[in-house]
Amino acid sequence: MPEVDWRELVWIFVAASVVNNFTLSYFLGLCPFLGVSGRIETAVRMGLANIFVMVVTSVCAWFLNTFVLPHAPYLRLIAFIVVIASTVQFVEMAIKKLSPALFRALGIFLPLITTNCAILGLALFQTNRGYGFVEGIVFALGAGVGLTLALVLMAGIREENELASLPEALKGAAMSFLIAGILSLTFMGFAGLFSSAA
Amino acid sequence: MRTQAETYDELVKGLWRDNPVFVQLLGLCPALAVTNSAINGLAMGAATTFVLVGSSLLVSSLRNIIPKQVRITSFIIVIATFVTVADLSLQALAPAVHKELGAFVALIVVNCLILGRQEAFASRNTVRASLADAGGMSLGFSLALLSLGAIREILGSGSLFGVDLFGPLFEPWVIMILPPGGFITLGLMLAVFAHLRARRERAHKEAGDELDERWVA
Repeated sequence: MPEVDWRELVWIFVAASVVNNFTLSYFLGLCPFLGVSGRIETAVRMGLANIFVMVVTSVCAWFLNTFVLPHAPYLRLIAFIVVIASTVQFVEMAIKKLSPALFRALGIFLPLITTNCAILGLALFQTNRGYGFVEGIVFALGAGVGLTLALVLMAGIREENELASLPEALKGAAMSFLIAGILSLTFMGFAGLFSSAA
Repeated sequence: MRTQAETYDELVKGLWRDNPVFVQLLGLCPALAVTNSAINGLAMGAATTFVLVGSSLLVSSLRNIIPKQVRITSFIIVIATFVTVADLSLQALAPAVHKELGAFVALIVVNCLILGRQEAFASRNTVRASLADAGGMSLGFSLALLSLGAIREILGSGSLFGVDLFGPLFEPWVIMILPPGGFITLGLMLAVFAHLRARRERAHKEAGDELDERWVA
């Protein structure tokens, strides 16, 4: 077991959660971001389900990258999708059996996110950057927390926004995108964390 | 059997009436992530076109063989195969573009537009109609990406397709080629389209009910 570099792990977590937020700077996972950000409570549950699936994904991707894909690199995409989707399905069945309460909280979201772009993106980024097992899990946690943060912020703003009187043309998707743009602008501020540290 | 006119209709509906990005809000991740310049938008549109047309062709010809229960999985494997082909060919033929688009070529697999067309159209229509549908949808998608990319490039770098437009006096709005610019551009475009649609509908209503009755009859 190689020495774990805590500093590096903290950086990976911070980078994945706020500096390079998956939704707001990579545009990954936009469908749930726009679809289920109407209520804070739903957003939190969706976010938790996402963190969970991301960690499962990270472990699957690490396993595939280490043991299977060196022999057949061209199967990367197909292998990722099939293995991630089926593992999530298995875990979902296990949760249903072991903890019905947890299943009720997260259950309906799991099939929706098994292979959305944030999940596959996580697996691909992890591969491209050559993260090991521990780094991968930290990266997944960071990305999941970042996604949850973006979802909850968005839901909070949209709840407030329902009472505002908007021009007819801006109602719905257009306003959501403008809000997302401003949120994304805010998150760009976090990039200063890195330049000032370096 | 479909008539010529119906096939034509499948082709053009994707361009405007059911435009995947502006009307259906599908495939948004690539639509925003790679449109920081017109050429990137076009490259992404071309790659998506290849995958969508190829998958629709294969899925519609195999639609009677694929069992209902495993159809989604089969669609995904077909799509993933085409994406792998596109990814590897782009890497070999145009490494610069491939580097620019990064992981987003591989992420075409999870573009909801593609799976959506397979499930909603290609799996229950003839090869010809499916090709028309896929062609129209991908044209509409490419057009949307190109226009987003062009607007963001003109404002964000003062150029179009890398050609300088305004000379040295123009101060580029750098924010437009950064992530927030993507969200804001798409938000404003949606607002403009919604406004135009509302105005057209109002104009139709004011133009008189006589006309409408005649159309209905």
